[in-house]
Amino acid sequence: MRHRLQFAGKKLLRMILLLLGVSLAAFLLMNASPLDPLQTNIGQAALGSMSQEQIEVLEAYWGKNTPPAERYLQWLGSALRGDFGDSLLYRRPVLQIIGERLGGSLWLMVSAWILSGVLGFLLGAAAGWTRGKWPDRLIRGYCLLISSTPVFWLAILLLLVFAVWLGILPIGLSVPIGADAASVTLADRLAHAILPALTLSVTGVANIALHTREKMIDVLESDYVLFARARGESKSSILLRHGLRNMALPAITLQFGSISEIIGGSVIAEQVFSYPGLGQAAVSAGLGSDMPLLLGITVVTAALVFGGNFIADLLYGVIDPRIRRRAAHK
Amino acid sequence: MIEKNWNSRKSAILFVTVAVLLLAAVMVAGIVFSTKAMQTDFSRKNQSPSFSFLFGTDWMGRDMLSRTLAGLSLSIRIGLLTAVVSTALALLLGTAAATLGSKADAAVSWCIDLCMGIPHILLVILISLAFGKGFIGVVAGVSLSHWPSLARIVRSEVLQLRQAPYVMTAEKLGASRFSIFRRHILPHLFPQFLTGLILQFPHAILHEASVTFLGFGLPPEQPAIGVILSESMRYLTTGKWWLAVLPGLSLAAVTLLFSVTGNCLRRLLDPASAQE
Repeated sequence: MRHRLQFAGKKLLRMILLLLGVSLAAFLLMNASPLDPLQTNIGQAALGSMSQEQIEVLEAYWGKNTPPAERYLQWLGSALRGDFGDSLLYRRPVLQIIGERLGGSLWLMVSAWILSGVLGFLLGAAAGWTRGKWPDRLIRGYCLLISSTPVFWLAILLLLVFAVWLGILPIGLSVPIGADAASVTLADRLAHAILPALTLSVTGVANIALHTREKMIDVLESDYVLFARARGESKSSILLRHGLRNMALPAITLQFGSISEIIGGSVIAEQVFSYPGLGQAAVSAGLGSDMPLLLGITVVTAALVFGGNFIADLLYGVIDPRIRRRAAHK
Repeated sequence: MIEKNWNSRKSAILFVTVAVLLLAAVMVAGIVFSTKAMQTDFSRKNQSPSFSFLFGTDWMGRDMLSRTLAGLSLSIRIGLLTAVVSTALALLLGTAAATLGSKADAAVSWCIDLCMGIPHILLVILISLAFGKGFIGVVAGVSLSHWPSLARIVRSEVLQLRQAPYVMTAEKLGASRFSIFRRHILPHLFPQFLTGLILQFPHAILHEASVTFLGFGLPPEQPAIGVILSESMRYLTTGKWWLAVLPGLSLAAVTLLFSVTGNCLRRLLDPASAQE
């Protein structure tokens, strides 16, 4: 137990240092950008008609006059106190925006995460079980096809089929256009989230399915399954007692490690469906050179990814005593 | 049995040859059609696919087939460039981590963790912004963000190779580090490098298209697939499906061709992983 706490403590410390690293790297990258925030947000024509004083006020607002080191330290100082600054585009606290947007995105991400995990696991298990036969070929073909398909194109296809041709689902946004907040029902919200969530789930399946398939084949070729067969255990009992258990937990840890991909997918899916989530905010912040917001989103999403990896690391130890013992040995 | 193996190997080689020729043909065709892809003709705008315009035309009367080919060609060229750069980077950093001592190892692992911590698309966007978007931005973004997972594989491979009997013997015989690396380690890394490179293409192509689609990549006047698809979004509700469906399908086909070719080549180069 002490080793495990030590292990967790070390990982946690590394995670915090990495988060600092992420914020610095993201800041440096944004700072290196030659794109002028005034040009992108206000435009050459408007700038041309402004007086020098007006331009100076704007430059100060977009932080062009403060030296980068000072700016980063200022940001870090207030970030450590829980204040990520104000968004330059939305003119509101960054954390407030992230909170609102994350609420919308979490819906999508969590449902897609669970759905793709369960579906991918079942498909992978089925493929491994029927190795070499047509269900296996079909499932592997699907995985290959999906991992070769651009996510945004898949999103456009779903939009075209379900929203434009069949007309059974809304085209975008998270609530009906023009409806006031009180009249929006849960059904409305669900209907608007179906297509983006479906896009994310369909693409998330491939990785976990292929991994589970490999694992299933390993298990079926193992000595303990051979022995179980020799004992005369039925196929279903082998699957339930030896197969699923050995495959389920690594699959869960893999799924915890795949949060980065889900977030990446949600950036694209939200953009296609104009779904007001975190990913869409990231894209507008990037296009509009809104440094505090983009920095905030990068740090928060990186924290989610590290959190997922951390849980995966801990789960590995919980599941596999061999890994735990090796860690203790070190 | 031997006869059968020889056949499947032969057909794999045939497939790879045909696929490479096809991709090269698309690349060349795209360059040839690049001026035609920009030509506007308002007398033939918004036509659905027909025999004279297989992929239809857009709202400015541009031929979508030429635009798609030009876009695919751009994708393939960017894919080649970024895959080579990121694979070389992975090889360099992976071997550096495994051979230059614990400090270098820690530094590289730190970089890998950092890169993998930021969601991939966000990292590409950030790097692309740092380079001012456009062609250079997207190439830098995709190539500087794709190396970590391969670097990890190379690192563990080299660590394993350093324990191999022939490397240990060479060390005892007094061979220099560099000559051990060049004569005993590098040849083993070559297949890794090649398959890593080829399996990197599909990722690179898809990420380039995604980042361009989001507006952080190639500029809108270039006929890139990402640009074509993001423009097509405005015309979806009016029933102009061909603007989105066909270019996207072609991109998926090219990526699929790359993936399958990569898998074939991996089996040819690394028979140990080709049991199936």
